[in-house]
Amino acid sequence: MNTELLGIIATYLLTLVIAIPLGRYLAKVFAGEKVWTDFLKPLESGIFKLSGINAKEEMNWKQHMKALLTINLVWLVYGFFVLIYQDKLPLNPDGNPGMSPDLSFNTIISFVVNCDLQHYSGESGVTYLTQHVVMMFLMFVSCATGIAAAVVFFKAFRDKTTERLGNFWDFFVKSITRLLLPLSLVVALILTFNGTPASYEGKDQFISLQGDTVNVSRGPAAGMIAIKHLGTNGGGWFGANSSHPLENPNYITNSVELIAQVIIPIAMVIAFGIFIRRRKLSWVIFGVMTIGMLLLLISTVSSELGGNPALSKMGISQTTGAMEGKEVRFGPAISGYWSTVTTIISTGSVNSMHDSTMPLTGAWQLLGMMINSFYGGCGVGILNYFIYLIIAVFISGLMVGRTPEFLGHKVEAREVKIAALITLLSPFLILAGTAVASYVFTAHGDADWAVQPKNWLNNPGFHGFSEMLYEVTSSNANNGSGFEGLGDNNILWNVLTGFVLLLGRFLPIIGPVAIAGLLGSKKYIPESAGTLKTDTLTFGLMTFAVIIVLNALSYFPALALGPLAEYFTMLK
Amino acid sequence: MKKYILQSIRLTAVLMVLLCVIYPLIVAFAGGFAEGNGGGEKLTKNGKVVGYALLGQSFTKPEYFWGRPSAVGYNAAGSAGSNKGPSNPDYLQQVSDRIDTLLKYNPTIKKADIPADMVTASGSGLDPNISEQGAIIQIRRVAAARNLDEKTVVELVVKNTQGPLWGMFGPTSVNVLKLNLALDELKK
Repeated sequence: MNTELLGIIATYLLTLVIAIPLGRYLAKVFAGEKVWTDFLKPLESGIFKLSGINAKEEMNWKQHMKALLTINLVWLVYGFFVLIYQDKLPLNPDGNPGMSPDLSFNTIISFVVNCDLQHYSGESGVTYLTQHVVMMFLMFVSCATGIAAAVVFFKAFRDKTTERLGNFWDFFVKSITRLLLPLSLVVALILTFNGTPASYEGKDQFISLQGDTVNVSRGPAAGMIAIKHLGTNGGGWFGANSSHPLENPNYITNSVELIAQVIIPIAMVIAFGIFIRRRKLSWVIFGVMTIGMLLLLISTVSSELGGNPALSKMGISQTTGAMEGKEVRFGPAISGYWSTVTTIISTGSVNSMHDSTMPLTGAWQLLGMMINSFYGGCGVGILNYFIYLIIAVFISGLMVGRTPEFLGHKVEAREVKIAALITLLSPFLILAGTAVASYVFTAHGDADWAVQPKNWLNNPGFHGFSEMLYEVTSSNANNGSGFEGLGDNNILWNVLTGFVLLLGRFLPIIGPVAIAGLLGSKKYIPESAGTLKTDTLTFGLMTFAVIIVLNALSYFPALALGPLAEYFTMLK
Repeated sequence: MKKYILQSIRLTAVLMVLLCVIYPLIVAFAGGFAEGNGGGEKLTKNGKVVGYALLGQSFTKPEYFWGRPSAVGYNAAGSAGSNKGPSNPDYLQQVSDRIDTLLKYNPTIKKADIPADMVTASGSGLDPNISEQGAIIQIRRVAAARNLDEKTVVELVVKNTQGPLWGMFGPTSVNVLKLNLALDELKK
């Protein structure tokens, strides 16, 4: 069998081998049961003591959300100013400038919300200090925020009727000390010993074999690249992200980075079932997610391996597949796998340039981000899935003519309204955002901005439209990858995506946690013959159908105008 | 609310020490034991650094093997792909020109011999590798320019070709800088 396909299979299997036990471990950690990492307890108590936190104080869902929003607000304000004044702060060996206010606004939101959309380039736009105390710091804590929110949601279904959902700070800090930090250390060391730089030296210079003078950007990148993947963040140290040979030196590191970004999202699904003592439900959810992932993956890889038909017409050999924007050491197959993984979960790091992938691949990348819950981001993936699940419960309830229930709690008007609003939010943000951008592009092409609207597309025609659609979709999904040809560092894109990022992050966290909190406080109804069972194959299929129908209805016209139109014109 | 603000600020400060000082310092310390002391592995010729093993560089002379087209001209202080869409007419013209250039400098090869990676820009603009086929089509040119036996050059290409990982996973590639360095060393 083809070695490139074998590489994909091996990487995915290894992912499962790590993720499933990790899920069991996480369930125990958050349930407060005994685990081997309990030796870290003194570290945690120290952190709580220094922060003046009583980690045993029980919170209800509203208090959880207040704590979550408060600390996120602190990070927003703090990071905004640090980025603007980074040129005046230490640890800036390359002498990079401070950010403009609109770029800083966009960047700080993007990192706080676990998106890492980057309208700057790592080599020239930030300093070693900000890479650490803003970028890498937020990579840890934004991911921990997502995980903590998911644990609050788990908590609501663990006991029959409860309002006491644990302590937010406890979940948050444990996500870092018991999960993110130790795993990051392991990944960072693997990267370092494969050639990713970790030292604090500034730019290097040498004379190449042919006699050209070459400057080399580097820096302590390994630590950040580790958490960038584990935390499904995706923001690169270097501009070219994980296609950069120092950020992703070889096939081994490529697989390590691929595995690192998927294990926590899968582990959270597994942990959910164990935590609420309904393992079968976990497996059904995992099954639906995996089937969705496989459908996107197979279509993507086959479209990339087929190569660019326009180049085939020129008579060259494309035995390996489409190579524009890809690296030889990875090849098109695993680059296709990466593009699927990075879009279905909300990493958004890239090891090939998505702008240059085949039209259908682009369509699958967009769809992956629109659905945003085939595994999904750290913690938030399962929250997004829960919204689809509630809609599926509601529709099933209507079909059989009884009050819908989920895990022994009645799903009533209030919960369904929240779920419906969250479902409508994504299409609203994506479509309205793209419409605004398209309007400015056509009607105000000469606006006097850093990048003039008429010049911001890197490609003409349908593909240009896809570039704008992708940018807004990626923001809403808190993904962070881009059709990077788009000239996005100007006031419109910075502000527009800034707001889309904020809304696309916090409402889909608050919504599901609120539903869970409301359900958890309701009277528990024991299961009977008339109960709609949510851990069956049939209900899994039902949820899958809901996901497909909702997304097809919302996005088909937009996809048809962009990647699908490009695909059909290339068939000619 | 006020309680949360204070706790948030303090917790942020504490975590910053752990995550932004202690963690990267551990990694940097461990990196000191890696090849290139955590600064990236360097290649030397006559004791002088001529490049990083992982970073591709620009080769345009006929006596060197060429790397892939780069959207940033192999500028290692910036990195980017071309981000050209697959149906962009300007891009397709560019590819067609690259094919012509390759045919001009390697007159013995046919169009169908040219692999896609030799006429398309890489993702980083710093791709250190080309495909095996990308090296094969340049052998005759390099041998002629250096007055070398073709067999000698073939041997060097084979020596610098890296197969799939553990013979099972991933593609085959050739590190252009290492190959060219080996060629230069042959002269002595």
